[in-house]
Amino acid sequence: MRKEFSQNLGFFGLFLCMAATILTLGAIVYFIAARGLGVLSWGFLTQAPRSAMTAGGIAPVIVGTLYITLGAIIFALPLGLACAIYLCEYSPKGIVVNILRISINNLAGVPSVVFGLFGLAVFVKFFGFGVSILSGSLTLGILALPMIISSAQEALIAVPQSIREASLSLGASKWETIKNIVLPTALPGILTGVILSIGRVAGETAPILFTAAAFYTRGYPKSIFSEVMALPYHIYALMTEGAHPDKQRAIAYGCSLVLLFLVLFISGFAIFLRQRQRSLHG
Amino acid sequence: MKIFHLKEKLYKWLFTILAFASLFFLIGIVLVLIKEGLPIFHKVSFSKFIFGRFWYPTYSPAEFGIFPLIMASIWVTLGAVIVCVPLGIGSALYLNELAGVRQKAILKPIVELLASIPSVVFGFFGMVILTPFLQKVFNLPTGLTALNASIILGIMATPTVCSIAEDALNYVPNAFREASFAVGATRWQTLTRVVIPAAGSGISTAIILGMSRAIGETMTVLMVAGGAAVMPHTFLEPVRPMTAAIAAEMGEAPVGGDHYHALFAIALILFVITFVFNIIAEMISRRFRIKLGLSG
Amino acid sequence: MDNQVKMRAQNVDFFYGKTQALKNVSLDIYANKVTAMIGPSGCGKSTFIRLFNRMNELVPHTALRGKIFLDDLEINGPLVDAVDIRRRVGMVFQKPNPFPKSIFDNISYGLKVNGIKDKAFIEQKVEESLKKAAIWGEVKDRLGDSALKLSGGQQQRLCIARCLAVETEVILFDEPCASLDPISTTKIEELILELKKDYSIIIVTHNMQQAARVSDYTGFFLLGEMVEFGKTQDIFTKPQDPKTEAYITGRFG
Repeated sequence: MRKEFSQNLGFFGLFLCMAATILTLGAIVYFIAARGLGVLSWGFLTQAPRSAMTAGGIAPVIVGTLYITLGAIIFALPLGLACAIYLCEYSPKGIVVNILRISINNLAGVPSVVFGLFGLAVFVKFFGFGVSILSGSLTLGILALPMIISSAQEALIAVPQSIREASLSLGASKWETIKNIVLPTALPGILTGVILSIGRVAGETAPILFTAAAFYTRGYPKSIFSEVMALPYHIYALMTEGAHPDKQRAIAYGCSLVLLFLVLFISGFAIFLRQRQRSLHG
Repeated sequence: MKIFHLKEKLYKWLFTILAFASLFFLIGIVLVLIKEGLPIFHKVSFSKFIFGRFWYPTYSPAEFGIFPLIMASIWVTLGAVIVCVPLGIGSALYLNELAGVRQKAILKPIVELLASIPSVVFGFFGMVILTPFLQKVFNLPTGLTALNASIILGIMATPTVCSIAEDALNYVPNAFREASFAVGATRWQTLTRVVIPAAGSGISTAIILGMSRAIGETMTVLMVAGGAAVMPHTFLEPVRPMTAAIAAEMGEAPVGGDHYHALFAIALILFVITFVFNIIAEMISRRFRIKLGLSG
Repeated sequence: MDNQVKMRAQNVDFFYGKTQALKNVSLDIYANKVTAMIGPSGCGKSTFIRLFNRMNELVPHTALRGKIFLDDLEINGPLVDAVDIRRRVGMVFQKPNPFPKSIFDNISYGLKVNGIKDKAFIEQKVEESLKKAAIWGEVKDRLGDSALKLSGGQQQRLCIARCLAVETEVILFDEPCASLDPISTTKIEELILELKKDYSIIIVTHNMQQAARVSDYTGFFLLGEMVEFGKTQDIFTKPQDPKTEAYITGRFG
């Protein structure tokens, strides 16, 4: 009798934890959606801000986010993929490579603000790119690098050794095997990792604080050396700067909803893809 | 034949160079932090920097004691742990031991999805919803406090802790559970006496990585912790964790000045802390896998 | 023609790190014959045939002593490319390992990496190889389908076809029926007997009945050494070495 009672109590506790987790996080999404939807309109998504950020839309902000996110991936994808290919297919297995592997894994856990400082010191100051799309993209790209490397590595390791051998046994060279067999097989897994990191990069704020973001720019960015407005930073700035906190708050709700939707959509897509791949391969 | 070989070598070299280029960037972070952070120790001794109780970087004479910032980070992180450990581990246990196959197939992706919510959105939520609420309930002059930051950070880290802990529970072989049932144990006894001890180090990895995420988190603490660079006395006062100090002050610190170097030195310390956390987590999880007879 | 030597191993030693996996193995492989390698698992027979197309080079920390010839060419010679050897010496693996591509692309892959671009020729070669591997009838209407949709036995015949498409001279079978049902096994065995008209075949098997059914010559391996080699009939009816006799009468293994 007592056995059963403590079991039921325990299970109920676990159920409460699960419920609390989903409900709290759900509540955050709900609050932002409920209050943000009122702000959202066609004009909000397609116009530039007006009247000292108290009216108008956030179109240049959305565009800015797309620019720096895209820039980051353009930089990080080839580099990260090449690094993963080297580590999985070419590198001799030894102490040096092991150390490199471990440090890549660990750099994935470095706080994002640290990446921001690196970008400031290296891209903004040392290379003289200034506060710009270029500096921000490079900084975010480096942040995405460990994520892309480790997900690509995972996908490459999952390619069965037996089909590599099959290809080699037919007289294909190593590179032909990688290009024709290994990469196409690993592609879905690599893509999932890349999409996940796009979602993460799009929502990052700290790395662009001092490398790319501006509270207000006139119109759309003109070149990769322009400062840029970006959604995550915009939310922060609307809440902490400017002269009209109440009117800005409404716009911040709108921005948060747009960002939340963007990130959840991208990550949701990646998670869906991965789920499907898993069910396909048992 | 010769050209064929040349092409193969070329590709090998291309990948080697690109790989080391990306490693160069990653290692570059450490070098930059050291180069830009160390100069502050010409002005302040290391122990005074760490244990100094006053952070007045823009006064003259300036004081660079980051002890209040470190304490703020520790308080807020511990507060977050109090929130995220029971929620995250409890959810993981629920998912692994109680949820049916279909329930798990829905809940697990949702948890993963929630882990991807950007931190600035959490910060925003904290500012507009939690802040007025806390202010009212505790009758405070401001709702932007260590408590607020702890709660938001805790909620934020919960999905991470849950996902990692659930993976660890997945590694516990079913044979362990069956053996326990076979001697007449209930499911609850099996869970508390067999499954949790077996997954123990995997679960601690989850907690450490959750802490590592919380201590390095910037935007939420910048937005909701209140920002006062003083020693924390209670959870109901504003504080300024290390990450918030860097993010808030770097914009105004003149490049190459003492303040600039001091902020890099904070980042260096932060880097070392999270690095140590991650190494510990990796070591524990390696031991865990070996213990369960999985390859290291 | 009858006893022309196609491949020859001469005093071969092979090491994984410090462990010696093969000890002084010498053996001739005759053209248009099936040579079987039998022995308990771990005896080195799989390691041995992987030397004939230099697949063991892919395993780190291994070392080879001794010589292996293909016709008169020493395959590990300084100017010889592994890629060329593998084109001439094909391999069929323990578990069917089709590429996650269409049936057609699986067969044409070997031609394409060997620089053949002529479409008509490739199509003709694909059909020819699938016919030779006795699977054409089953797949001719769905060459565009993924090879992974085929059954295990069909996949294995597809892998054989894939190997025939390149101008291979020797085919190495590494326990090709280990993961197949009895009916598929029979089909593969019939196929091997058919293929020996055009190819020299080496097969590793732990199934002695299989060795007896398909092979002309048999080598018995134990603990990295080749205990006995001879005509299959002789090995199974009057083995010279007591260890061989013990193995084939089922006293260990």
